[in-house]
Amino acid sequence: MSAPALLQVSAVSKRFGGLAALEDVSLSVGRGEIYGLIGPNGAGKTTLFNCMTGLYDLSAGHIHLDGAPLHGRKPHHIVEAGFARTFQNIRLFANMTALENVMVGRHPRTRAGVLGAVLRTPGARAEEAAIHNRARELMEYVGLKNKGRTLAGHLSYGDQRRLEIARALATEPRLLALDEPVAGMNPTERRQMSDLFLRLRAGGLTLLLIEHDVKLVMDLCDRVAVLDYGRKIAEGEPALVQRDPAVIAAYLGGDEA
Amino acid sequence: MRERPRLALALLAVLLAALPFLIGTGLGNSWVRVLDFVLLYVLLALGLNIVVGYAGLLDLGYIAFYALGAYLYAWLASPHFGLHLPFWMVLPLGAALAGVFGVLLGAPTLRLRGDYLAIVTLGFGEIIRIFMNNLNAPFNLTNGPQGMNLIDPVSIGGVSLGKSLEVAGITLPSTYLYYYLFLAATLLVIVVAMRLQHSRVGRAWAALREDEIAAAAMGINTRNVKLLAFAMGATFGGLAGGLFAAFQGFISPESFTLWESILVLCMIVLGGMGNIPGVILGAVLLTVIPEALRYIGDLQRATLGQVVVDPADLRMLLFGVALVAMMLFRPAGLLPSRQRKREFSAQDGVAEQEQASLYDTKA
Ligand SMILES: Nc1ncnc2c1ncn2[C@@H]1O[C@H](COP(=O)(O)OP(=O)(O)O)[C@@H](O)[C@H]1O
Ligand SMILES: [Mg+2]
Repeated sequence: MSAPALLQVSAVSKRFGGLAALEDVSLSVGRGEIYGLIGPNGAGKTTLFNCMTGLYDLSAGHIHLDGAPLHGRKPHHIVEAGFARTFQNIRLFANMTALENVMVGRHPRTRAGVLGAVLRTPGARAEEAAIHNRARELMEYVGLKNKGRTLAGHLSYGDQRRLEIARALATEPRLLALDEPVAGMNPTERRQMSDLFLRLRAGGLTLLLIEHDVKLVMDLCDRVAVLDYGRKIAEGEPALVQRDPAVIAAYLGGDEA
Repeated sequence: MRERPRLALALLAVLLAALPFLIGTGLGNSWVRVLDFVLLYVLLALGLNIVVGYAGLLDLGYIAFYALGAYLYAWLASPHFGLHLPFWMVLPLGAALAGVFGVLLGAPTLRLRGDYLAIVTLGFGEIIRIFMNNLNAPFNLTNGPQGMNLIDPVSIGGVSLGKSLEVAGITLPSTYLYYYLFLAATLLVIVVAMRLQHSRVGRAWAALREDEIAAAAMGINTRNVKLLAFAMGATFGGLAGGLFAAFQGFISPESFTLWESILVLCMIVLGGMGNIPGVILGAVLLTVIPEALRYIGDLQRATLGQVVVDPADLRMLLFGVALVAMMLFRPAGLLPSRQRKREFSAQDGVAEQEQASLYDTKA
C-alpha cells in the first residue's frame, strides 16, 4: 500500500434524533490534493465538517489525520493536529479588528501565559511581535493588506471570507477545510479566490472544499465526493463524477438544481 | 510630542498623592475612610471585570473570593488562632487561596452560559457566606455570625498602619496610611489588568466572549481559558479581601452578602464593562453617591425638622432609576470599551452569531 492518506474518514455516521445527517460516509484525502465535497443543500456537507473538527460527536465511525485519531478529540486538539476550517455562515470575531482576528489564530502555535503577559518578559514580548508580524503577512497573503485596522464586521462580504481564511491559516494547518468559501462572490472575486487556493496548494497545503460552483469545482479539484441525504453517492475525478447518473439524479431530484 | 501625556501623568500623580489631604481637609476625616473603600471597590471591580468584561462570563458570586481573602487574613493574623503572620505573607496567600477557589467553583460551571451561569455562581457565593456564618461549631473556624475581630493591621517595617503616624510634624491618620497602601495595590492591579488585556491571553478571552465556537475552532482551549479568567478575577478579589480585613480589623459574614456581589457587578456595568477607566468610574460613583446620600437625612432634619424620606430607601430608589436610565441611554456603560460598545450597538449582534446554529439548511 502507498503512504496513508492525510485525512481518512471511515464509516462516519451522524444522527440528530431520527434524522441521519451522515450515513456510513468514508473518504480519504491525499497530501497536496484539492478535494471537493459537493451535494444538494442539506446533504450533510457542513455536518461532516463539524464532525471532523470536533464540534459534533460522531454517532459512529472514525476520522484520522495522518494516522492520528481525530474522533473524540476536542476542537482545539484538532486544530493543534493541523486541521483548520472556515464556516459557511461566517464566524469572525466581528467586533475585533481584522488583524486581531488573525492574531487570535496564532493562539495554538504560541505559548505566552499570564506571567509572561504581566511581567512583559523578553520572551513574551518577542512572541507578541512575532504574532503581529505573522498576522500582517497573512493579511497581505490573502489580499487584505491595508484592512488590518478595520473591524472584521465592517469588511465587505468577500473580504470577510478572505479574513476567515487568513485566520485559519494563522493556525498553521496541514489541511484546510473551506465551507462554501466563494458563496456570494462575483466572478472576479471567485477567480481571485481560486488563485489563492492554487497558491495555497503550491505552498504544500491540502484543501478540502465544499462548493456549489460547478465550474470552480471542475477547474480546481483533483477529486470530488458527492453527498446526498447523508450518503456518499459518488467519488472520483470531477469530469467523471459529473456524468454519473446517480449524481445527475440527486441534483435534479433535489430542491436545488 | 510626548511632553503632554507626561505632564498629565505627573499632575495625576500629584493629585493622587494629595487626595487624602484635600478630602480630609475639605470634607472631614470620615471621607478619607470612604476614599479607602472606593479603592477597595475599584480593586474588586477590576477583578470582576476580568471575568465578566474580558471573558464574558456572568458571575454573581464574586464576593465569595473577597470573603475568602478576608477570612484567610483573619485566620493567619489575629488572636483567633493566635497566629500573627506578616501581611506580605498573608495577602499573597489569600489571593492564591481565592484563585484556587476560583478554579474550583468555575470548573463545574464550564458548560453553563448566561443566565444559568449567573444562577449557579450566585449559589456558590451564598454557600461560602453560609459556611462562614455556621462554621463556629463543632470547631470554631469562623466565629459564626459574630465574626472575627482584633485582626492585625498591616505593619510595614515596624510601622503599623492601624495608628496615626507622625512624619516631619504632620500627623497622618490611619485612614491616610491605608489610602497609600490601597493606592499602590490598585495601581498594581491596573497594570496587571491592562497587560493581560493586550496579550495572547486577553485576545483569547475576547474571542471566547465574542464566539465560543469560533474560538474553539481557532485552537483555543475554551475550558482552560475560562478557568484562567475565573482564577485571575478571584485572585484580585482575594487580595482586596485581605486588605479589607486588615483595614477594618473586624470581619463578619454580613460584609459578604449577595448584595455586595450585585453592587460590584453594577459598578462595572454602569462604568463600562471591559474598559478599565470605565470600571474605575463605576466603582467611584457607586461608592461615593450612597455615602453622599447619607447627608440627605441631616438635610431633612435641618430643614423639615424630621426625616421624611429614609436615606437608605432613597439610595435604593436612585440606584434603580440610575440603572434603568442607563439601560435606556447608555447600555454599554458610561465609558465603554470600543469593542464592548460595538457589541452592544451591532445590528447583527454577537449574541445572534453565538446562537446561530452550525448548520444553515432548512430541513
Ligand atoms: N445540530 C443539528 N441539529 C439537528 N439537525 C441538524 C444539525 N446539524 C445539521 N442538521 C441537519 O442535517 C442535515 C444536513 O445539514 P448540513 O450538513 O448543514 O447540510 P449541507 O450539506 O447543506 O451543508 C440537514 O437536514 C440539517 O437540518
Ligand atoms: Mg452547509
